[in-house]
Amino acid sequence: MEMNNLVVLPIFVPLLTAVILMFISKKINIQRWISVGASLVTVMIAGLLVHHVSTDGIQTLDIGSWPAPFGITLVSDMLSSLLVLTTSIIGFAVILYSIYSIGEGREKHFYYPIVQFLIVGVNGAFTTGDIFNLFVFFEVMLMASYVLLVLGGTKIQLRETIKYLTVNVISSSLFVIAVAYLYSIVGTLNMAHISQRIGLLEEIPGILTVIAILFLIVFGLKGAIFPLYFWLPGSYYAPPVPVMTLLGALLTKVGIYSIARTYSLFFYHDQSYTHDLLLVLAVVTVLIGVVGSIAYWDIKKIIIYNIITAIGVILYGISVATTTSMTGSVYYLIHDMIIKAALFLLIGIIVNITGTSNLKKFHGLINDYPVLAWVYFIAAISLAGIPPFSGFVGKWLVIQGGMERGELIGSVIILLTSLLVLYSVMKIFIYGFWGGKDQDYPDQHSISYNKLLIPAILLTVIAVLYGFGSEFVYSYVAQAVDTLMNPEIYIEAVLKE
Amino acid sequence: MRSGDLILQTMSKVVFFIIILFSIHLFFEGHYRPGGGFVGGLMTSGAIILLLLAYDIKTVKKIIPFDFKWLIAVGLFISVVTAGGSLLFNVPFFTHVHDYFNIPLLGKTSLHTAALFDLGVFFVVVGVTLTIIQTIGESE
Repeated sequence: MEMNNLVVLPIFVPLLTAVILMFISKKINIQRWISVGASLVTVMIAGLLVHHVSTDGIQTLDIGSWPAPFGITLVSDMLSSLLVLTTSIIGFAVILYSIYSIGEGREKHFYYPIVQFLIVGVNGAFTTGDIFNLFVFFEVMLMASYVLLVLGGTKIQLRETIKYLTVNVISSSLFVIAVAYLYSIVGTLNMAHISQRIGLLEEIPGILTVIAILFLIVFGLKGAIFPLYFWLPGSYYAPPVPVMTLLGALLTKVGIYSIARTYSLFFYHDQSYTHDLLLVLAVVTVLIGVVGSIAYWDIKKIIIYNIITAIGVILYGISVATTTSMTGSVYYLIHDMIIKAALFLLIGIIVNITGTSNLKKFHGLINDYPVLAWVYFIAAISLAGIPPFSGFVGKWLVIQGGMERGELIGSVIILLTSLLVLYSVMKIFIYGFWGGKDQDYPDQHSISYNKLLIPAILLTVIAVLYGFGSEFVYSYVAQAVDTLMNPEIYIEAVLKE
Repeated sequence: MRSGDLILQTMSKVVFFIIILFSIHLFFEGHYRPGGGFVGGLMTSGAIILLLLAYDIKTVKKIIPFDFKWLIAVGLFISVVTAGGSLLFNVPFFTHVHDYFNIPLLGKTSLHTAALFDLGVFFVVVGVTLTIIQTIGESE
């Protein structure tokens, strides 16, 4: 019997940490260092996992020794292990940032355990090979995000949490309904087994396309694609910056990952309908995102709308479904998680310094904070995809994939909107950092600016390395795309035939 | 203590133990018949809520002198450690073991690590239910 408990460790370590932290909820200092230590351990384990997958192929673990498809199987292919590594790194950076910025009130009320639970949910959703277990990990992740969103209890948080909660409760119940439909047709919940059974069907029933669209609605609500994105700008605006970072960098990406997984594993039979619909939605999502990001003068809102743009770009690559475009999407997905986290943390520092997120109310920050300014500049051009920074390769491949399949309009739109993305983040640089120094900001001794900068610089450096080392990363991404394009590799690894 | 609830309070004292016994019964039945940690935990919280209704929060705090949030953590810890214990024996995560033992008085009994996991579930359910009730009851 093949067995590899390494697969479960990126879920188990944060889970155990969360439980231990619950016992010492009043001892803030111990909590902080246990959180940092545990998340560092998670990063190392995730790195080890990526290494194992790259040398030995897909790693699976039949939980409780029950062979697939009867038990729950955890599957780490390259895509999921890369995403688990990215998640762990972001988790580590955010926890480091939280120590100096989240405030004692929240820290005493289970902030750190909840962050660990969120990472349990996200890592679990990326790793699981069972569609119902995916739902459960979605709920773990969402419930943690509800608490993080409302923790602190300010008026805007309460209002936005009600919206966020309502939307997600509805989409979760749709998820259960969609799983029930799928189960009634294929009679199994193991994702590899579902894929195999769909492959064995002599005639594809029309209901399968209906289920594909139902899943698109579910994951689209989680991942904020047009027209299901309406809750995102408000909800992500409400919580404090570290929470905003976790939600913005991780949560929507789980929705995107689920679309990529289900659409490559289950719903590849009626591409002229499902994938074309996805393509149209993706392009409109990009347009909505850039319109939002250039419309606002609030720096948080600008970055939040850039999430929506990025989701559109990634989805576009998935909907085109060629090897090139998929490679682009995976590339861009990982890039976007890291760079969004970095940008949110940097924005948080700016808000801490100036006391406002309104771009019209401050300027000339570069005079007093040159490091912050240049780190932000690098992060901003990485986001826009200026070569050789990290956003370039992904977007390039997505557009190339689109062109190869003759989707000219979509590709050109994505190409042109990159300029608007660049404009939106440069707007912050030009109006916020440039200009003379003619105003003083309230001296905020309570928050150490240098300590906050460390995690932001860490993420930016990783993003830059990711861009410069694209040759090195490429072999990993290629392996991830190989599984996405050839579901039989996945099926074989799980069912061991 | 409220006055005038003599009948309710006297009855609660008797019924409380019957409900607790029934919930423990349900908990141990789980492996063979309908029951288990979840329903057992709910039933136990039901019994404690009956005490809350008949008396008040202060009295119940005196009877059960610990924070129910702590119970959630204990329950989670038991379940997580039961699942994670399999890592030490180099078998897949969550692998359960069972064996038969001759226990004095009870005779031949099967002991299963799944019961430990269920015990964790039991504690979490009791902890969560009573934390909710207590928090709502105490806030003004």
